[in-house]
Amino acid sequence: MELICPAGTPSALEVAVNAGADAIYCGFSDETNARNFPGLNFSREELGEGISYAHRHGVKVLVAINTFARAGATDVWKRAIDDAVGAGADALIMADVGMLAYTARHHSSQRIHLSVQAAAANPDAIRFYVESFGVRRVVLPRVLSVPEIAKIIKEVSCETEVFVYGGLCVMEEGRCSLSSYATGKSPNMQGVCSPPSHVSYREEGDKVVSRLGKFTINAFAEDEATAYPTLCKGRFTTSHGTGYIFEDPVSLDAATMLPGLRDAGVTALKIEGRQRGRAYIESVVRTFRQAIEALEAGEAIKTGSLIAMSEGQMTTAGAYRKTWR
Amino acid sequence: MQLTLGPVLFNWQSDVWRDFYFQIADEAPIDVVVVGEIVCSKRSPFFAEHMPTVIERLVASGKQVVLGSLILISLPRERRQMAELTGTEDFLVEANDLTCVRGLRGRPHAIGPFVNVYNEATAAYLADLGATRICLPPELPLRSIATIAASVPEVTTEVFAFGKVPLAISARCYHARIHKLTKDNCRFVCEQDPDGLAVKTLEGDGFLSVNGVQTLSHSCASYLDDADALARAGVGALRLSPQKCDMVQVAHVFRNVVEGRLGAGDGNRALSEIYPGVPFANGFLHGLPGAELAEPVT
Repeated sequence: MELICPAGTPSALEVAVNAGADAIYCGFSDETNARNFPGLNFSREELGEGISYAHRHGVKVLVAINTFARAGATDVWKRAIDDAVGAGADALIMADVGMLAYTARHHSSQRIHLSVQAAAANPDAIRFYVESFGVRRVVLPRVLSVPEIAKIIKEVSCETEVFVYGGLCVMEEGRCSLSSYATGKSPNMQGVCSPPSHVSYREEGDKVVSRLGKFTINAFAEDEATAYPTLCKGRFTTSHGTGYIFEDPVSLDAATMLPGLRDAGVTALKIEGRQRGRAYIESVVRTFRQAIEALEAGEAIKTGSLIAMSEGQMTTAGAYRKTWR
Repeated sequence: MQLTLGPVLFNWQSDVWRDFYFQIADEAPIDVVVVGEIVCSKRSPFFAEHMPTVIERLVASGKQVVLGSLILISLPRERRQMAELTGTEDFLVEANDLTCVRGLRGRPHAIGPFVNVYNEATAAYLADLGATRICLPPELPLRSIATIAASVPEVTTEVFAFGKVPLAISARCYHARIHKLTKDNCRFVCEQDPDGLAVKTLEGDGFLSVNGVQTLSHSCASYLDDADALARAGVGALRLSPQKCDMVQVAHVFRNVVEGRLGAGDGNRALSEIYPGVPFANGFLHGLPGAELAEPVT
């Protein structure tokens, strides 16, 4: 299985290449990609240099142009597509039907991967993208169990890629407007979720209260570790009590699922985290490289070594286990 | 301007569901009615027995019936249901996922608000495949709506204009989770909350509503103030999403406002009496946080 690693900066790209990535994914510094954070991502020049560096080391570069193009401004997305193709990207990661059609028409030999943002969760949806745009690989949404993934792979002609580590969307990706409901900024349109620009922390009595826009997302006692106020991982109240009603502040760690994912026929394993620093990238990439090597050698996979890296220091295998639902 | 009644998103008792549509058929000034369980396939059997009589009554009342597809299709059973649905030739089918577009392409169909149509290129592509109606995603601002509507004049562009806004869909059932159950053993606890389960912040502010695998806003979208601007932008239909309130009266208010018989201000006052205790919002249309209420565009 290939190991697909994130890079938010040129130096993170080099770190990931050297730590054992088979491919790096990255995006331009604008709203065309789903990790549009200040100070992150690549200029045109940096992408060209990054691709050269990666290619010299036998590593591929996949360029994410995976937000949904803004009406009246599709030229911004088309330029990103043209420039990524021109820079020699090994694949574009895309979700917008209109931009997929543009790429298939104007860059017919360009390899296209379907972004998780396209939310293609069954063989019929995947076939639509394969037949319509020649998509060669689909990144599966995080709503499927391993047996379901195995069944999908038997039915589709393209490759599949799945997330194995990092931030965990509990809602189906590409179909979530929770962030824009609270902040006006969404993953689909601006490429951000629960953006730092709308986050505030305030001490209230003996608690630290986190807010997103006008809404309180969580409150932490002195002895509790504070977590970033990602909307779906906040503490809320219903008539049945108070708690993490959508999901705890956990991140995904599917290291224990690797044998099942391999047996299912998954082509590539993806690590989330283009917003993460070099130390994180280096540690996570190296750990998963070792896990894949152990798997290929028929040895046991060491688990739990990445706990310190994870959000809230708790992890879950998410929807890969059916009981998560 | 057409008025469309969106599908009931909540798990209503099946006889309540049936009687609701009978009343809509007989009394509501609605042009198009989308029916079908689109949120959770486990609920579908409850409504199936009433579906033929509901459709018959709506058709007899002169309303156009559109059949809505599931938002998230992952199980084999759901794929079979959708294959059957897209095989329907008697009614227009509204695809809420591109899964169904694959089965509908080449003949007239509708695109629901859960398909990501954010720009003119996507709208044109889907129109080429046979889309005759497109209900745009609720988070779109007016500027995007106007650009898209102008680019596909042959398509009826529709906007989500009333109701708690569907914000997210998940594989996980939050109703089951809150009741310490799992999705497979959910005991249909979502039926306890026919208008959604209120989710408040720790400070007690209304924030969201849980509806099984779906999460909606706590506030109720109302684009009544903006109906004029939407008409000028080329929008051909406003979608009213059923809530636990008098939807016949909601439809009358919208009809009277879009036809100039009632001012938007009076309309808003009427809506807050018909659906009391729920804040109204239109922030998405104005490029603001969706929870906010902005002054109308003049």
